[in-house]
Amino acid sequence: MREDDCIVLGIESTAHTFGVGIVKSDGEILSNAKSEYIPVKGGIHPREAAQHHSKVAVEVLKKAFFEAKISPSDLSAIAFSAGPGLGPCLRTGATVARALSLKLKKPLILVNHCVAHVEIGKLTTHSKDPLIVYVSGANTMVIAYSGGRYRVFGETLDIALGNMLDTFAREVGLGHPGTPKVEELAKRGREYISLPYVVKGQDVSYSGLLTEALKRYRELGREKIHDLCYSLIETAYGMLAEVTERALAHTEKKELLLTGGVVRSKRFQEMFNEVAKEHGAIMKVVPYEYAGDNGAMIAWTGILCYKHGLFAPVEQSFIKPDWRIDEVDIPWMH
Amino acid sequence: MDALIKKQLVKKGAEAILYRGSFLGFDVIIKERIPKKYRSAKMDEYVRRFRTIHEAKLLISARKAGIPTPFVYFVNKEKSLIVMDYIKGDLVKELVHQMSKEERENVFYKIGSLIAKLHVNGMVHGDLTTSNMIMLNNTVYFIDFGLGGYTVELEDRGVDLHLMFRALESTHYQVYAECKSLIERGYESVAGKDLAFKVLERVKEIRRRGRYVSGKITY
Repeated sequence: MREDDCIVLGIESTAHTFGVGIVKSDGEILSNAKSEYIPVKGGIHPREAAQHHSKVAVEVLKKAFFEAKISPSDLSAIAFSAGPGLGPCLRTGATVARALSLKLKKPLILVNHCVAHVEIGKLTTHSKDPLIVYVSGANTMVIAYSGGRYRVFGETLDIALGNMLDTFAREVGLGHPGTPKVEELAKRGREYISLPYVVKGQDVSYSGLLTEALKRYRELGREKIHDLCYSLIETAYGMLAEVTERALAHTEKKELLLTGGVVRSKRFQEMFNEVAKEHGAIMKVVPYEYAGDNGAMIAWTGILCYKHGLFAPVEQSFIKPDWRIDEVDIPWMH
Repeated sequence: MDALIKKQLVKKGAEAILYRGSFLGFDVIIKERIPKKYRSAKMDEYVRRFRTIHEAKLLISARKAGIPTPFVYFVNKEKSLIVMDYIKGDLVKELVHQMSKEERENVFYKIGSLIAKLHVNGMVHGDLTTSNMIMLNNTVYFIDFGLGGYTVELEDRGVDLHLMFRALESTHYQVYAECKSLIERGYESVAGKDLAFKVLERVKEIRRRGRYVSGKITY
């Protein structure tokens, strides 16, 4: 097989999803299998999530190979997401990846989970050099490429947007995952209930908003839930839209790429489309299937690393639970 | 409002539109916070009005405390509009990479000391970036106080500096380390050793509180 014609398998296991994707170097996604851990009650318990991952690993791997119609020996390399994420979950994915790498004698690639969300967004929407809004259960960032790395122009100072909405939903008894349910109720909200709108420079903060929203819920009771959900969503999205708008004005990028699980939201897309339009940019949204955590995004980023010879020997393939996106060199842009 | 004449659009920023104009014959900048369609109307009005009033108050208080800011001539709450002095300088952002090492040392040490002066006088800026500072005749003017406030909380002071460092890191990453340490030294020169130490320790804590801070743990 020629150097520029490769197939990479990618393993995702940072949080609730164990995913395996197989992608070709021309960007064709051959398979994208996954299994999601759904907590019986409460939020994600890292140990239980990791146990789920090790239980389903073989089954998901088999499914990925079956759908891709290739055999393990066709692979050029094995990629896995090494961080950021929950330690026990990352370690499970890493163990699977290391075992495959040793058994098949294929090189191992460490992929940053946040970079992967950006790269799958760019691949599937044909974006060249966008301003990126990456919003998921664990991350909320406004990112742009500059000088060899993805730079963070704004982010949450504490909890992520998805985490905030999920926690609110759980506390008021809406179940998991919470964001779609909060949004459903918000559609029937009319009256705006004043909530803390916290923008600090280019950054946002959601922890105070969560506390206040729950306090208001206890005061106002169930009958005001529609108004409260509406106000919560408007405030939370509005804050991020504002810092995104400032980043667009500052960087003058002409594409606005939305990626991560939360961007599936219709209201979110509507609001950010307005922001893009105001600054002469085009909004692009990652397709539904690749919005949440998935193996294909790890495999595709693995391809980009493969082309630049970015491998890690097994004995140095440590997981990095705190690996920031702006620590990763990106040699494939320009 | 005949005293006020709008002449030309200078900049369509993300939050506000800036016009050059004249007010009673003075050369002024008119800053108008425009409604945002993407926000719900009530929230939008609250945000714009709150920030306009806050910005005007802080521009004046900061000036009184000896931090160079544009002079405020007029405020219209209903239109979310501020009329202030036009400073004919350049943004620090545009000058950073033209400066000699020596000039940069002076400017960022100065910026550090001005931030401390603001803090010691019970204020924070709330959005310290090199695009919110104008250089004119060796003087650094602070502008854009819309996210600022009156506070002596360690947390608010820490966030203020944290945001300054973050802005340097993303926009001027080539000179980030150098500028950061100059600001810290300038800050200490005004705030004193004890306060500077406390604030800078808080900055580290705020950074650690963020998502995925680097290099602490490997398994």
